[in-house]
Amino acid sequence: MSENIFITDAELAGDDADEGPLAGRTVAVKDNISTEGVRTTCGSRMLEEYVPPYDATVVSRLKDAGATIVGKTNMDEFGMGTTTETSYFGSTDNPAAPGHVPGGSSGGSAAAVAAGEADLALGSDTGGSIRCPAAFCGVVGIKPTYGLVSRYGLVAYANSLEQIGPFGSTVEEAAELLDVIAGPDERDATTRQAPDSNASYAAAADGDVDGLSIGVPTELLEGADEGVVDTFWDALADLEEQGAEYHEVSLPSVEHAVEAYYVIAMSEASSNLARFDGVRYGNSGGYEGNWNDAFGRAREEGFGDEVKRRILLGTYALSAGYHDKYYKKAQDARAWVKQDFDQALSSADVLASPTMPVPPFELGESLDDPMQMYLADANTVPVNLADLPAVSVPAGETDGLPVGLQLIGPAFGEQQVIRAASALD
Amino acid sequence: MSDDAVNPEEVRHVAGLARIDLEDSEVDRFAEQFADILAAFETLDEVPEVDRDADLANVMRPDEEHDCLETDRALENAPESEDGYFKGPNVS
Repeated sequence: MSENIFITDAELAGDDADEGPLAGRTVAVKDNISTEGVRTTCGSRMLEEYVPPYDATVVSRLKDAGATIVGKTNMDEFGMGTTTETSYFGSTDNPAAPGHVPGGSSGGSAAAVAAGEADLALGSDTGGSIRCPAAFCGVVGIKPTYGLVSRYGLVAYANSLEQIGPFGSTVEEAAELLDVIAGPDERDATTRQAPDSNASYAAAADGDVDGLSIGVPTELLEGADEGVVDTFWDALADLEEQGAEYHEVSLPSVEHAVEAYYVIAMSEASSNLARFDGVRYGNSGGYEGNWNDAFGRAREEGFGDEVKRRILLGTYALSAGYHDKYYKKAQDARAWVKQDFDQALSSADVLASPTMPVPPFELGESLDDPMQMYLADANTVPVNLADLPAVSVPAGETDGLPVGLQLIGPAFGEQQVIRAASALD
Repeated sequence: MSDDAVNPEEVRHVAGLARIDLEDSEVDRFAEQFADILAAFETLDEVPEVDRDADLANVMRPDEEHDCLETDRALENAPESEDGYFKGPNVS
């Protein structure tokens, strides 16, 4: 366990450990997903001792399916990061590329699967937090359509953007886990019944891409690392040989996606994280002075740099005089990104891009310059803004470092992206 | 970078609104970083006004009584509690 994959080890056997669809399978769960009786820290000092009194819906479904939960995985604090280095519990090494970051924010979950510490894992994806670590650790990760998977029991960061999703060593295995966690939940009013909800996602992983039409958004290749781009084209050639065809498409709006994403995510974070005042749970600021003094202390101690940065910027973006300038424009950009994807997907079954524009960073290299770090999310955040499903599947390596290929589909088009990705398994 | 660079007083003001105490060194560092980040956010000015007609339906449920978290379980994680209540700092 030298990689520091788990924040808390656990051994929670499923209810139906002999017969359920995940009987005999081990699952690692990201530490922002509530597990009754097992502490759930969100990678933060604020919640170092927080033990949820209830299970997240996805955790109940795992247990019902007979899975054994083996631990709570390391993550960027409250999901805010691209490397898992903002965790209060230290960084995680990348099992597929030792000395490098596993990606983030669900870095521990991807690393658990890559290292064989668990068969499967759950992460959450607000702006790429499943797809980035899947790409960096050489495993498969699925970000579902917004509303396919219940967020009940997921500690909120930016709730209009985030979804819980699965990791696996293969597309089929990840899809099997998606089959278990997907579906409406009366405790999350944003969940919806998928139009073809009887279809199995795992069954879609049949590798049949004959006649598949793939759109390649040129904007998502611009500025990417050369080795990453070469690996991407090799993978596309592989799909082409199997009967798929590709054509270039344009998504002019994505030029503004990173900025729009961060304005929206930080604004939502500033509101969501207001609950951490050290009274009902979390790090207490004590009882000296009035409540403003105590809350200010609790939050100074409990939150790390990146979390403070995002709460402050979100507070700023929503404050009087700035709301129209930042938040309203970001919502316009979000609607524009959605329109662009609709248009691109009217002439293609799926869209393909490198998941990350760069190979995994070295541990500790991680930029002191936050804006540079945010730009690494350029290819993943547009998908969250548009509420669409996407898979990251291993495409190969550059200089011995894993490269992921991202496949994006229309809303509730999980089968399409799973089928396309499985051709690269 | 940005015309309206962020000054440390603004950072302190926002930190006050967000109830996060900051060290002086943090204030200076954030002021510098925020100037860069906000300059990037300002490129959103180039985004055209977009018609946002989301196809959304309200989700309703019957207003019925149902079980919820028991008091003692709800208090389990509270740093302090008294007589079945959360204990917070003084209001003023």
